[in-house]
Amino acid sequence: MFAYIVRRLLYAIPILIGVNLLTFTLFFVVNTPDDMAVSQLGEKYVTPEAIENWKKKNGYDKPLFVNADASGTSQLTDTIFFNKSVRLFAFDFGRSESGRDITTDVSTRMWPSLAVALPTFIVGIGVNITIALMVVMFHATRLDRGAVFLFVALMSISYLFYIIGGQYLVAKSWRLVPVSGFVPEGQVWRFLVLPVMVGVIAGIGAGARWYRTLFLEEANQDYVRTARAKGCSELTILFKHILPNAMIPILTGVVVLIPTLFMGSLLIESFFGIPGLGSYMLDAINSQDFAIVRSMVFIGSILYILGLILTDISYTLADPRVRLS
Amino acid sequence: MKVVVLWSDALIFLLAISLVVFFFQLRKDPQIRARWQQVFSSRLGMMTFTVIIAYVSVALLDSMHFRVALENPDGLETQEVFYDNNVTSVLDVLSGGMGERFERTYSAPFALKSFEKQTLQDEMGRTVRDFPQLKHAGVHLESPQDKWADVGQRSLYALLMGAALSLLIILPQWLLLRNSPLPWYASWAVQGILISAAVWMVSISRYYHVLGTDLGGADVLYQTMKGIRTGVLLGTLSTLIMLPIAVTLGIAAGYFKGWVDDVVQYLYITLSSIPGILLIAASVLLFQVYIDINPDFFSIGMEKADAKFIALCFILGVTSWSTLCRLIRAETLKISQLGYVQAAHAFGVSHVRILWRHILPNVVHIILITFVLDFSALVLAEAVLSYIGVGIDPSMGSWGNMINGARTELSREPVIWWTLAGAFLFMFVLVLAANLFSDLVRDAFDPRTSLRRSEA
Repeated sequence: MFAYIVRRLLYAIPILIGVNLLTFTLFFVVNTPDDMAVSQLGEKYVTPEAIENWKKKNGYDKPLFVNADASGTSQLTDTIFFNKSVRLFAFDFGRSESGRDITTDVSTRMWPSLAVALPTFIVGIGVNITIALMVVMFHATRLDRGAVFLFVALMSISYLFYIIGGQYLVAKSWRLVPVSGFVPEGQVWRFLVLPVMVGVIAGIGAGARWYRTLFLEEANQDYVRTARAKGCSELTILFKHILPNAMIPILTGVVVLIPTLFMGSLLIESFFGIPGLGSYMLDAINSQDFAIVRSMVFIGSILYILGLILTDISYTLADPRVRLS
Repeated sequence: MKVVVLWSDALIFLLAISLVVFFFQLRKDPQIRARWQQVFSSRLGMMTFTVIIAYVSVALLDSMHFRVALENPDGLETQEVFYDNNVTSVLDVLSGGMGERFERTYSAPFALKSFEKQTLQDEMGRTVRDFPQLKHAGVHLESPQDKWADVGQRSLYALLMGAALSLLIILPQWLLLRNSPLPWYASWAVQGILISAAVWMVSISRYYHVLGTDLGGADVLYQTMKGIRTGVLLGTLSTLIMLPIAVTLGIAAGYFKGWVDDVVQYLYITLSSIPGILLIAASVLLFQVYIDINPDFFSIGMEKADAKFIALCFILGVTSWSTLCRLIRAETLKISQLGYVQAAHAFGVSHVRILWRHILPNVVHIILITFVLDFSALVLAEAVLSYIGVGIDPSMGSWGNMINGARTELSREPVIWWTLAGAFLFMFVLVLAANLFSDLVRDAFDPRTSLRRSEA
């Protein structure tokens, strides 16, 4: 098991190098530092000196890959590629274009993101599984068909509609909670209730439909027929036979998401004014702060790979037939 | 008049033609025919397909662009013809100039007066603050009290016209298809409703703003209709760009195995490990910077917006091939173990021929299901991307831009809800139809579900 995890972690390295090369190509080869300087400075004030100054200030005045002027190892280290990309591996994110330390920003903004994403995730799974189980109990009836139609309809509604509608109804018309905002301590829950609720409701359509399919797949298995023939009650079949067996596909789909919860949700956070990583990314995109975008891409891919490894481990825990080797 | 063919226009027609050709090719195969028959033998399949076709036809009508010739002012002694800088589409003409009736700013659906007070001069010459009359709504009315009676009367008239037109369109279909076993009547019912609704909207729009006007005073109904083209095009074009990449790499990986498989797997894991929205946003921003630096590539504004749009489709396609590629690789791995592929190998059939004749036809169902499923996901994604600020160019109408522009207006009193309602409603109908249709397609084409049905 331990050896497996170590090997998987080693496999992650070429993938991260790939991610790094891809972002590097996007940010420095397709779009050279000169172009960036022009778009950051604005077209009016572009002089060759201004561009040089901007590049020097932000550390873009070096060659891309190999610095022929330097000597020894600094031929490779005193380059843009090393300074801007390789350093990410040491979790040294450097400074954003506006001069803020990205590492500090990320570590403080992670917690508000998690405060919204984690409850949404847990409550969402609970609600979706409950609804799906109820629907499965009425399988092949009018109620089941109606529910499936309802799920598809819920899926077809834009996420923005859920957010805007939720804010309008709950916060503006009924005045139950504030429309948006966040305080680090005290009545945090007042600011969290609405985003979590919106997140859960928006996920019901796709989630419950997916769980229903998983449950039905198990319900067609022979062991269910046997259990029924033995005279088990439908409730026992549902909770003792179908649910535990359906946990395996549920785990694969769900565990991979857990690490990415740290990244937060772009839309929810920006609409509800939560100072998490999601709104951090959005601000970075809007202000074209490529240093932040690059760091977030790197963090995101690490978390995704972590999720894949966790999925494999959870497999062995849930299904004794699976052995990692 | 001078015909303008934008790149996206050419692509959408190419796409429509190739879909029709593809459809007729598939008809030759009796098995696939039976599957399609299953999709269309349900009333829901007929109805949702009709709705999708209706959206696509609006998109096609909106993709025939031209520039109107301007009349030379008197005294100008030249034979040269000048053209309007604004590009018009056939849809604009058919909608009866709905997009040309601008007001000053917001007005509610069917309102006669503007939403905001303005300084006016009354009959006595005094200045008063009041809601000004709209320029293009209810001007023919003698008194405002007659409004709803007038709307009712015109609606009745329009609906009668709509019914007549529907009859004219449905009758030939009925004569042709009345003995068909498929439930065509479901499609005709939807056609009737859609045609009547269209006739009603166009004829009432001549006298009122059915969905009100937006901040700039443009008719909201017209804008939602313009959004159809953007949504349909984005949904199909991105998938079309993604398909060749995903299919080629997926089949190659599953068939040749070995290092090819390793490379392809490495590529899609790397790509899917990057948070999708960041990758898209970064690519779009970079393209934007590129356009800003080279502004003289495009002669008219519409072409620039169009280039941005195609770039967005391209980016969405290139960043989203990993899921389909994974599915096709798995299926190809399975198929290449089967007896008939082994037999083909033994007979010395070339790789290319095996791939073309034996593998590709057997993964078509996956491609088809993905195509329909991705379509609705992309239409929804467009709204989110526009909100983030990396979506469609604001000069090109889209539902995302409408929602983005109107979302803060809900905090006004009284509430400005009509822009959001229009965009969300049109988007919802399209996505719902596509989702329901994709369920039916999956049921018919997925071997797993069709196997289960034959057991039952």
